[in-house]
Amino acid sequence: MNLHEYQSKKLFFNHGIPVLDGEIANSPREAKKAAENLQSDIWVVKAQVHAGGRGKAGGVKIARSISEVEEMASEMLGTNLVTKQTDSEGLPVNQVYIESGTSIQDEYYLSLLVDRTKESWTYIASREGGVDIEAVAEDSPEKIINYTIDPSKGLDLSSLHKVAAQMGFQDDVASQFISITKKMFEIAKEKDANLIEVNPLILNDGNQLIALDAKISIESNALFRQEELLSLKDESQENELEVKASEHDLSYVSLDGNIACMVNGAGLAMATMDLIKLHGGEPANFLDVGGGATTERVKMAIDIIMENPNVEAILINIFGGIVRCDVIAKGITEAVKSTSIDIPIVVRLQGTNVDLGKKILEESGMKIISASDLTDAAIKVVSSVKG
Amino acid sequence: MSILVNKESKILCQGITGSQGSFHAKQCIEYGSNIVAGVTPGKGGTTHLDVPVFNSVVEAKTETEIDVSMIFVPAKFAADAMKSAIESEIELIVCITEGVPVQDMIEVKAMLSGSDSILLGPNCPGIITPEETKIGIMPGFIHQKGSIGIISRSGTLTYEAVNQTSNCGLGQSTCIGIGGDPIKGLNFIECLSLFDEDPETDGIVMVGEIGGSDEEKAAEFIKNNISKPVVAYVAGVSAPPGKRMGHAGAIVTGNEGTASSKYKALNDAGVRTTYSPAMIGEIMKDLLGQ
Repeated sequence: MNLHEYQSKKLFFNHGIPVLDGEIANSPREAKKAAENLQSDIWVVKAQVHAGGRGKAGGVKIARSISEVEEMASEMLGTNLVTKQTDSEGLPVNQVYIESGTSIQDEYYLSLLVDRTKESWTYIASREGGVDIEAVAEDSPEKIINYTIDPSKGLDLSSLHKVAAQMGFQDDVASQFISITKKMFEIAKEKDANLIEVNPLILNDGNQLIALDAKISIESNALFRQEELLSLKDESQENELEVKASEHDLSYVSLDGNIACMVNGAGLAMATMDLIKLHGGEPANFLDVGGGATTERVKMAIDIIMENPNVEAILINIFGGIVRCDVIAKGITEAVKSTSIDIPIVVRLQGTNVDLGKKILEESGMKIISASDLTDAAIKVVSSVKG
Repeated sequence: MSILVNKESKILCQGITGSQGSFHAKQCIEYGSNIVAGVTPGKGGTTHLDVPVFNSVVEAKTETEIDVSMIFVPAKFAADAMKSAIESEIELIVCITEGVPVQDMIEVKAMLSGSDSILLGPNCPGIITPEETKIGIMPGFIHQKGSIGIISRSGTLTYEAVNQTSNCGLGQSTCIGIGGDPIKGLNFIECLSLFDEDPETDGIVMVGEIGGSDEEKAAEFIKNNISKPVVAYVAGVSAPPGKRMGHAGAIVTGNEGTASSKYKALNDAGVRTTYSPAMIGEIMKDLLGQ
């Protein structure tokens, strides 16, 4: 679960990581009020969306008067911001964050993340801040500084001192840097954050380090113990169908093609998409109905699939282990009856109660194309679309 | 022969009285697995499925001989369950539970590195040696005793590979679902090594998926260490970057974790790869010259 910049900065502020004064605004009028409240003669208006690359996309603007703040806010609010990290539709800007301006002497990069390769937390720091860090890592890997925490020992201060020195920080600035890194680890542990990124971390003219941007991502599996963070979830930043699916314990990802799939198991669902593509088709979605699929859930899955207007055929691929094929078959027949689907449905059933499942489909009198194996299913569904 | 588990394995089930634990422990017992004890805090002294239930792993271990623990407790208690199994020096810990927070797994792995226990999972279907023992949630009936070792990051896709090797008459020595989480116990390399040493295993099937670099590391290892034929399939060629495909670990970020990078590494290592998950069995048969 991603947090907005303003939410992340609030966590930073509460933990003592320096941020600029700022206020969130839902309307141009609130933006104006926020600018008035902030004692400043320069402001930054920042679109709150769950994507990076906002600056280049026009989602971060500097205002030199209060009326300019209001103007910029009204231009941004209610639009969709398209950045290089979003799809072509972009993400809706429902809120803008108004921040007071600052002098900038230098910009740096700092993040702390769960590192799957090292099986621990790793800090990544660089003297190249405010830019695309992946590009820096690609072009000049020597400019990236890493420190992985040994989980059996915990945070090691001497390693942090070394990172500070490599960053070129001395004396008081080095102490500020170490304090910030320590507090990031506190937040990571306390809030189950997978990623805390500050890009850029800046040094102002007064030699103060400040987090100019903030991005925090919370581990979704840990939300059961992060109840106070749940209220920060912004579903407007997510695909509507994906949200609806997750409410029903379905794992759904929208794609660009026209062949919908419904599969049990994430790996088999990906494999089904791969096969559709291998045989010349384009998958419209990833959908895992999960291990405990009930008739209701299968019905809901088909409803969600059908809400995508691009869908021209459906491939249902079930390997019944815990899931029984007869339960799936019942779900399919009920869904088709209640929603009057008139596009081709190819079904491949295998595993537990497969014969019973096939019988239910046959006796339903529906026009279902049955497939004998994976390849057969993919070929049949692709040709049904091509006509 | 087989690896890690056989019909002699004495199994403890943590979370045996819960709905998941109870349902699957029953299926395992019906398959022939030797479940000797269960653990549910507060239910010690009772029996469930004709198996004695203890309050803790320590208690169970003192009273009974145990080789393997199969964990079905809910995600929020799973890390503690794994830790108590490590503390009790259980040789093999199989955690089926899905949705364990990744931060918890950092702690579990740190504790594991100082112990002799082996962890499988979490978020995995478990391990089965056909016609001997089933420790997990896979449908037993599709398996057939034979000569192929199967290692997979995915559940139902493992069943697909199992079914194909059964249908073409090869059967399986042992099948291991290593799970779809980013931080987990046993990985491809350890399993490949065990299968390579197992005299009853003639060929190895590896089912990978997008995300991380486990397949690339396995490829490097195969090139230098594995003498038996390996067939590999990697799920997610069609997956777009930045989208998590069901499993917590299945996500392409930046240039990392793409299917094409994995296929390239595997091909370079001399592994027979296939873009079709439907061809795994036939290709293995062909490789073995049968």
